[in-house]
Amino acid sequence: MNENEIDEFRSDVRAWLQDNKPAAPSFLLPETFMEVGTDQQFEFLRRWQQKVYEAGYLGMSWPETYGGGGQPQIMQEIVNQEMAAQRVPFVPNTIGLNWAGPLILDMGTEADKQRYIKNILSAEDIWCQGFSEPDHGSDLGNAQVRAVKDGDEYVINGSKIWTSLGSYAKYMILIARTSNEGPNKYAGLSFFLAPMTAHGIAPTPIKKLTGEYGFCQTYFTDARIPADCMLGNEGEGWSVAMKTLMFERGAVGGQAGGLSMMDLNINDIVELARRATRNGRPAIEDPLTRDELVKLVLEAKGNAVMGSRARIPALGGTYPTAVAMSGKLRSSELKRKMTRFAVSLQGANGARYISEDALDGGRWQRSYLNSFSGTIGGGTTQIQKNILGERVLGLPKS
Amino acid sequence: MIRFSEEQAMLLDTAREFCQKQSPIDAVRQVIQAGQPLDETLWQTMVDLGWLGVTIPEIYGGLGLDLADTVPIFEAMGRQLLATPMLASTLAAQVLITNGSDDQKNQWLPKIAAGQIATVALSEANGSWDPDQIATHLNQSASGEMTLTGSKAFVLDAGVADVILVSALQGDSLRWCLLDASELPDGAIQREVVIDETRRSYSLSLSDLPIRADQVLPGTAFKKIELAGMLLITAEMSGGLEGVLAVIVGYLNTRKQFERLIGSYQAMKHPTVDILMGSEMTRSYLYHAATVWRDETDLAVVESAVRMAKCCASEQFSEAGDRGIQFHGGFGFTYECDAQLFLRRALWSQYQFGDERHQRQKLSALLF
Repeated sequence: MNENEIDEFRSDVRAWLQDNKPAAPSFLLPETFMEVGTDQQFEFLRRWQQKVYEAGYLGMSWPETYGGGGQPQIMQEIVNQEMAAQRVPFVPNTIGLNWAGPLILDMGTEADKQRYIKNILSAEDIWCQGFSEPDHGSDLGNAQVRAVKDGDEYVINGSKIWTSLGSYAKYMILIARTSNEGPNKYAGLSFFLAPMTAHGIAPTPIKKLTGEYGFCQTYFTDARIPADCMLGNEGEGWSVAMKTLMFERGAVGGQAGGLSMMDLNINDIVELARRATRNGRPAIEDPLTRDELVKLVLEAKGNAVMGSRARIPALGGTYPTAVAMSGKLRSSELKRKMTRFAVSLQGANGARYISEDALDGGRWQRSYLNSFSGTIGGGTTQIQKNILGERVLGLPKS
Repeated sequence: MIRFSEEQAMLLDTAREFCQKQSPIDAVRQVIQAGQPLDETLWQTMVDLGWLGVTIPEIYGGLGLDLADTVPIFEAMGRQLLATPMLASTLAAQVLITNGSDDQKNQWLPKIAAGQIATVALSEANGSWDPDQIATHLNQSASGEMTLTGSKAFVLDAGVADVILVSALQGDSLRWCLLDASELPDGAIQREVVIDETRRSYSLSLSDLPIRADQVLPGTAFKKIELAGMLLITAEMSGGLEGVLAVIVGYLNTRKQFERLIGSYQAMKHPTVDILMGSEMTRSYLYHAATVWRDETDLAVVESAVRMAKCCASEQFSEAGDRGIQFHGGFGFTYECDAQLFLRRALWSQYQFGDERHQRQKLSALLF
């Protein structure tokens, strides 16, 4: 596409989003796909995804044969950018669109592609992920859920935790242990595209600190799934899981696109500081509050300039991997600080919670409590600091 | 967006190599102990490399590059705690380039490029960072004779300077005056004791010093000079931060307590990672500020970028120095521990052109 075509496409997308962006519902929407806690929220977001897909704005670069758009990747990127800019809701089927979908397109059989891809895009089939286990939070390779072959089925026993969208999902990308043999713990793992409809699979919602539901513990009790839903060969589960994580972390391309969360920008906090009041005056007028706000702006801007410097190899310095390896740590901690500060901007009303009386319906209070999903999930901040200390600075293991 | 040219990358490599060779930590300690105002051999080597002329326009015998192009040099010097009059001379050259008349530039810039030392006198005993909060006055008698009266503080390398650029109030307006050091009365320049022992800092006392019209600079840009000073000191601080981190990591990887390397304790490891993050962020802000300095014409945008960088550097470097002492335990309390050299450098730098609180105050007005 040349520049004119890009500009033209961008303005078409923008116009469509402005015309079709759903009005804010009467209830508080979740801010990420991991926070979908009620049927009302889920249905609202699923309808939005359907609408976006029908307009041709999801999976634009996926093959047409399977329901994609067959267009250049740049078009999807433009759509993603405009969605963020127009602050439209996110699309809920993130795990399908951006993790499982590209994985299936990459290594699934023709039948897999025919069967799964279109319904991922249309939100007809919601996908969830069964990686973490209750006793192995940060140690995926140690997964203990068992899968025992019995004829043309596998029999699954054990439980998975932090299953986002577990109650709504039709399929799960599942990592399970098919063997205890082999040279190491990874060798006995296998990867499945498991139907959640199988008898003996019970996703049980977990109540979060926010008081809401958002993910499940999923119990498997002699659950039988067809043997042909294994992806890759038996014993290759670890490498398939690693490939999935590459898609999940955006380290490789091929995702269907769409937003998976509402972006929280430091400008939102500045804007809130103008609206929220402390002691009868806009919070932004209070000198101490201003100083805290400047600190947050500096941290946010600092993260941005770090990203920019990391793209210049000559400025890599002594620890060239430091910036890339600390991205999750820095962004999740910043989000926690921003949302915590957002609550503090409200004076006595900071004590309110999700209700009509609270500023913005209490979304900031809820955002702060939810922000711990970032600082805990995917390896806690403390684990991240161990990793950085050991792998980047070369300090001895703890 | 940060932009970094191949020329800058080459300069960075050259400067790093040079400073490592010229200023290992033992040499830094020797410089402190000797207490000499100038290491003339080293200075001449730097002059021969062309470093004093990097920012000076070609017609005055320099390379005609941007001030931002010297950032890698100052960063490399800061990494090795190498303190020479290059900071003072480069900043003084900026004063002349920005504010000087053609005659003033003609007279002094070629000399500065060739190694004559120049410096800038802004601060006074009140310790204010606002350039206009000064008591030095350029007075004019009824017959038109001008005199300069007042006391300046923290004038770097004034003891070896050939020319000093002094800020003064003429009525309500700030002016730059150019003083030829050879014309100053005896005793006008006195050494000061400052916390960073690698620095040579002086006071300058002037009482009814006669000033000719050609000693007053036509230009009155002060903010640009303040920002230039911040940029160069931030570059030094970024290097220093990397230096103190290396001292800390080295100790954490060799010192044992309770039969374990102390770097294995998370109480040491996690704050050291925080220092790493502070160092990475400072360096990023530094090169961002350098890019903006070079590419942006709107002074408010430049000011914001430079202040952010100085703010980050001040906070992070002083904290790293502070933790550097603590992590060395009893040894950290001694003069022998190298961490103190970095902490004392960090503190000196922190208080040049405004510490982090001052910068945040200024930024708050610039940002919202």
